[in-house]
Amino acid sequence: MVKAETSRCRFAPGHKVRVASRPAVGHCRTPWYLRGKAGVVAEIHGTFRNPEQLAYHKPGLPGQVLYKVRFAQAEIWARYEGHAGDHLEADIYEHWLEPLK
Amino acid sequence: MLRRGAGGRASHDVGGLEFGPIDRHEHDLALWEKRTDAMLILLRDNKRRVLSVDAHRRMIESYGEQEYDRTTYYEKWIRAVRNLLVEQEVLTREEIEARMAEVRARHQKAGRKAAKETIPW
Repeated sequence: MVKAETSRCRFAPGHKVRVASRPAVGHCRTPWYLRGKAGVVAEIHGTFRNPEQLAYHKPGLPGQVLYKVRFAQAEIWARYEGHAGDHLEADIYEHWLEPLK
Repeated sequence: MLRRGAGGRASHDVGGLEFGPIDRHEHDLALWEKRTDAMLILLRDNKRRVLSVDAHRRMIESYGEQEYDRTTYYEKWIRAVRNLLVEQEVLTREEIEARMAEVRARHQKAGRKAAKETIPW
């Protein structure tokens, strides 16, 4: 990942968010199985050049804030049979996150 | 397993789909696989900047799912490197194919086994 100048963060640790449920053309680092899923911001990794633009040899600016988001396994998998408290953490860029009230 | 047609899920994006167990055995890399790795590192260094990891990923992810499923890890890598070299106008497709034919002929002449097919563009 390419670090970019730090910009303002839309979300903070503890914020409830939902991953956008939209298709993507070209390269995108948001896995399909997390689209539309609700989670909680666990950490802010920093600001990085946008990989969706870097993939087309563009500068990838302005940078995107990258968050570590925590999801309950039961939120992701309809028939999850593990422990109720199990969760999964994934790195999601800010433009893929929506606030969840 | 079909991915396309379900709202744009890409070939590589298979998390959660049923693909059976994963083979977790360690295996030795062939020389050409190590060379592929080295080539990618050199082509994306600060001196050359011919490609980025993201462009490499984009090219790998552009494979149709049938090709994606039947090719190996480094076959996907070398295809992506080859296609990006053409995209970035470092080499032409004709130059690459001419060299492939030359190498294949050299191997055949020496009685060595050459791969039956090339990796689809």
